[in-house]
Amino acid sequence: MSAKKETLGKTIGVVVAVCLVCSIIVSGAAVGLRDLQQTNVAIDKQSNIVEAAGLSELAAGDIAGTFDKYIEEKFVNLETGQYVEKPTKDYDMYKAAKMPEYTVKVTGSNVGFQQRASIASVYIVKNDAGEVTRLILPVHGSGLWDLMYGFLAIDSDGNTVRELIYYQQKETPGLGGEVLNPKWKAKWDGKKLYNDGEVAIQVKKGDNANNPYAVDALSGATLTSNGVQNTLSYWVGENGYGPYLKNQTWKS
Amino acid sequence: MAETKEMKKVLLGPILDNNPIALQVLGVCSALAITTKLETALVMALALTTVTAFSNLFISLIRKQIPSSVRIIIQMTIIASLVIVVDQILKAYSYEISKQLSVFVGLIITNCIVMGRAEAYAMKSPPLMSFLDGIGNGLGYSLVLIIIGTVKELLGFGTLLGFEILPLIQNGGWYQGNGLLILPFSSFFLIGGLIWAIRTIRPAQVEPKE
Repeated sequence: MSAKKETLGKTIGVVVAVCLVCSIIVSGAAVGLRDLQQTNVAIDKQSNIVEAAGLSELAAGDIAGTFDKYIEEKFVNLETGQYVEKPTKDYDMYKAAKMPEYTVKVTGSNVGFQQRASIASVYIVKNDAGEVTRLILPVHGSGLWDLMYGFLAIDSDGNTVRELIYYQQKETPGLGGEVLNPKWKAKWDGKKLYNDGEVAIQVKKGDNANNPYAVDALSGATLTSNGVQNTLSYWVGENGYGPYLKNQTWKS
Repeated sequence: MAETKEMKKVLLGPILDNNPIALQVLGVCSALAITTKLETALVMALALTTVTAFSNLFISLIRKQIPSSVRIIIQMTIIASLVIVVDQILKAYSYEISKQLSVFVGLIITNCIVMGRAEAYAMKSPPLMSFLDGIGNGLGYSLVLIIIGTVKELLGFGTLLGFEILPLIQNGGWYQGNGLLILPFSSFFLIGGLIWAIRTIRPAQVEPKE
């Protein structure tokens, strides 16, 4: 390096110039690629819904086409359990939870969030004949580190679980992260949510293969397992999709 | 051109003779974490090579302007910007893989190879040579990642890039997957073995006894 003098002004000048150029590059990349990224996030969500619908094999890669053909998004007023019109053009139940006109306080539950939206999405899966085969309910609740977002797929009887798929979670890989393990996910197939109208589904230790109301907890991940339990208890309970599932609104 | 020979040395030297992981033992952290599957290892290798090459290039271009009192900060700024751009591109064009790599793309910022080459080489070499040096070191890193990724995925899962090579017992085959190799820390053994192998072939790399 040359032995030139370093003045304060020059140092600051160089730093400012470098920062300016770098920030232009970074924001340029972020803005320029945002559309593509959002499309990716949407496709990722759709592909999780298609998986929850049990249509992954049928879709064979054509996620958007399968989604449009067999799956319909509807909106439910959680208090009454009745369908309502889509409130706004780009309604998002997770964003609406913080909007004054939709927000509902969560009380008496340790599900991990303070407000939810009064109107929630459900995804109705129909077969070729137009009969409802599955319902997919978006659920979320806190795990060990952060909120976990997932889809609960149940049969059209409103009681039998088919899938529980988490699409966004930050649990410890290998422990809580095992919520994504196909073997654990398979354990949910056929479990019942309600026993005589009461929420009965449980995540508890032990081999519960023969118990229709219990799923084996994840070993080494008690807090994640509790989180799953709280999430389900809340969302299929009275304050969640309970009224909707009881009314069997999709049949009318 | 007398420079051609020098360029070749700068480009190819770090692959075997002066490998950043095997000889300098830099950048081991990410080599442990993302080599469970060959695909993630390849993407990570590509991302790191790109970042090293371009950070070397840009730092070398302005090396005469960088005040030495704040040089590390300026290097970090440039490297961090490049890493963010790479991360954004991955999210846009390869969302699945970027989900798997998660934090490790961001952690390229602190990867010792990138910083090390910027400070040790790009600060005192012309742009073209620095660019080649970045690619060379990236390739050296890539080579180790690919070897380890191949061994781990093949023996751990019985697959390569997701294609079944050794059918697993669970799927009705004959191969019992090696559970140890699925875990990140098994790379320690593999990198250790690799360093041993390289130093047996090239005894010049063995450090003198103290």
